[in-house]
Amino acid sequence: MRLALVIAALAAAGIALSLTGNPYAMRVATTALMYAGLALSWNVIGGYTGYPSFATAAFFGVGAYTGAIMQNAGLPVWQAWLAAPLVSAALAAAIGFAILRLRGHYFAVGSLVIPEVLREIVNSASITGGGMGLNLPVVRLSIQQQGSLFLAAMGIITVAALIMTLRIDRGRLGIAFRCIEQNEAAAVMIGVNATLYKVVAFTLSGLLAGAVGGVYANWINYIDPSDAFDVLISVKPIVMVLLGGAGTVYGPLLGAGLFVLLEEVIWRNFLTVHTGILGLIIVLLILFLPQGAARLSPLALINTLMRKRAGGEGVS
Amino acid sequence: MLVTQVIANGLVLGGIYGCIAAGFSLVWGVLNIINILHGSLILLGAYIAFFAHQLFGIHPFMAIVPAAALLFVAGYLLQAVVINRVINATVLVTLTLTFGLNLMLDNAMIVAFRADFRKVTIEGARGSYEILGAALPADRVAGMALAVLIVVTLFLLLKYTRMGRAIVAVRMDRDAAALMGVNVVRTYALTFAIGAALAGAAGAILSMIFPISPTTSSVYLGKAFIVCVLGGLGSVPGVLVGGIALGLVESAGAVLLGPDHALTIAFLLLIVLLLVRPQGIMGRKGYQ
Repeated sequence: MRLALVIAALAAAGIALSLTGNPYAMRVATTALMYAGLALSWNVIGGYTGYPSFATAAFFGVGAYTGAIMQNAGLPVWQAWLAAPLVSAALAAAIGFAILRLRGHYFAVGSLVIPEVLREIVNSASITGGGMGLNLPVVRLSIQQQGSLFLAAMGIITVAALIMTLRIDRGRLGIAFRCIEQNEAAAVMIGVNATLYKVVAFTLSGLLAGAVGGVYANWINYIDPSDAFDVLISVKPIVMVLLGGAGTVYGPLLGAGLFVLLEEVIWRNFLTVHTGILGLIIVLLILFLPQGAARLSPLALINTLMRKRAGGEGVS
Repeated sequence: MLVTQVIANGLVLGGIYGCIAAGFSLVWGVLNIINILHGSLILLGAYIAFFAHQLFGIHPFMAIVPAAALLFVAGYLLQAVVINRVINATVLVTLTLTFGLNLMLDNAMIVAFRADFRKVTIEGARGSYEILGAALPADRVAGMALAVLIVVTLFLLLKYTRMGRAIVAVRMDRDAAALMGVNVVRTYALTFAIGAALAGAAGAILSMIFPISPTTSSVYLGKAFIVCVLGGLGSVPGVLVGGIALGLVESAGAVLLGPDHALTIAFLLLIVLLLVRPQGIMGRKGYQ
């Protein structure tokens, strides 16, 4: 029910934006939806299972490159957009199997290195255009229609991610993920196949990030290794999830919206020091709202209420 | 002799890598913090050496002292004022905090020092030695010797001074150390300060060997991490062993596969090692 309301609100806002056709507002909205998708992606592995992954950029970048390479080979856009998440998910499953044996700090920094390594590989391979990057074929639509298309595509990914998160939250997967987050050893003891569930979480996370990456490549029309595997693509979603509430269904969505608006204001007013101010916001968030901003922010309060009420229907 | 050259390069790089990782390992082992700032602190040390040379004509090896001293003070304040507030929080919280601090420091360095690559060039470099057919630039060998000396000093400091024993005690069991009268909060700040000072010293040595730019901090952070895990967390001799292991693998890999893939090789090595021997080469299981 709540999901239907959220989807209806997103759709209504999207259609209204497309009709007014303000390119700036549509761009900000597409960015917000893109980060909502990435935040929901991170939330699966970082929020539910509690594994601090910094690999989001890896799957985002692989999705973007998969889409770009396929379209440059002459395949249609829709095939590229379907393949991007699948390739990323397959990669996540393979890497996850090795790296999810690490815990805590070891996992965090191990995952941080994945996008760096992929960047090096992409930088030196010829099929990816190396350091020059890749141009994508332009979608044959008017500028206005293109804007609507990418807004809708990011919106659909976000809605799909919300539905997926809701299924996880209420189902067996959610129980297993939360067990692992609270005490992995105990979870294994009572018969949870921790390795399997961790790989599933990592794969689902990779799937979503890959989908976002595929659409991003077309939206921007040009990708290069330092953009597609930017460490900030890994980090911003984490901050958004912390802002909205980790391990919740709607928290990442709210966090992403709030963060993108905040960043937009900072970026417009302080161009040369905007990463520094972003850092300052992160530091203040951690210092004054420790244990994940979740507990204190008004957003989190809404979330807690939502979860309490949702708790009546299934898992609390 | 290609083989001796590869080994010689590996050993020289390895000693320097050990010094890069020493402070990172100390902070990780004692405070249980992954200090994302470490790479940027190294660069800050390198810039101190760079400007000391440019403005006052001080040799970078002499600049190790002021670089280490300045970063010691900065590190102490940072830990005492900021990081100690969340010292008991989870992995993600402390890591995200140092990441945020790192964004601020990197941005400040780009604004202050510009993003272009710079390197200290010394008039009349001292040429190179030749051992068993391997050419060794004198400056690099001297840099390595200093780097190893710094790591050995850390080892002795932890082993034989009152402060060092307090740090080791806090690492082994914080509560027991507190009951024995160790001031834990102060020890944390001192540990972070020593870690930062080591980063500054490593940076001063690096400023003569590699070009520096605020955008390269993540490279040094990545190397520090890999060395740390390879050698075994929190073991000072392990840092040297891990550094030399990484140095050898990188110099062999650069010959076999080309220098572009240094990080890829190091990462694969890391994954293999973690699967086979999760406690690192020198680490002991169960010793936290």
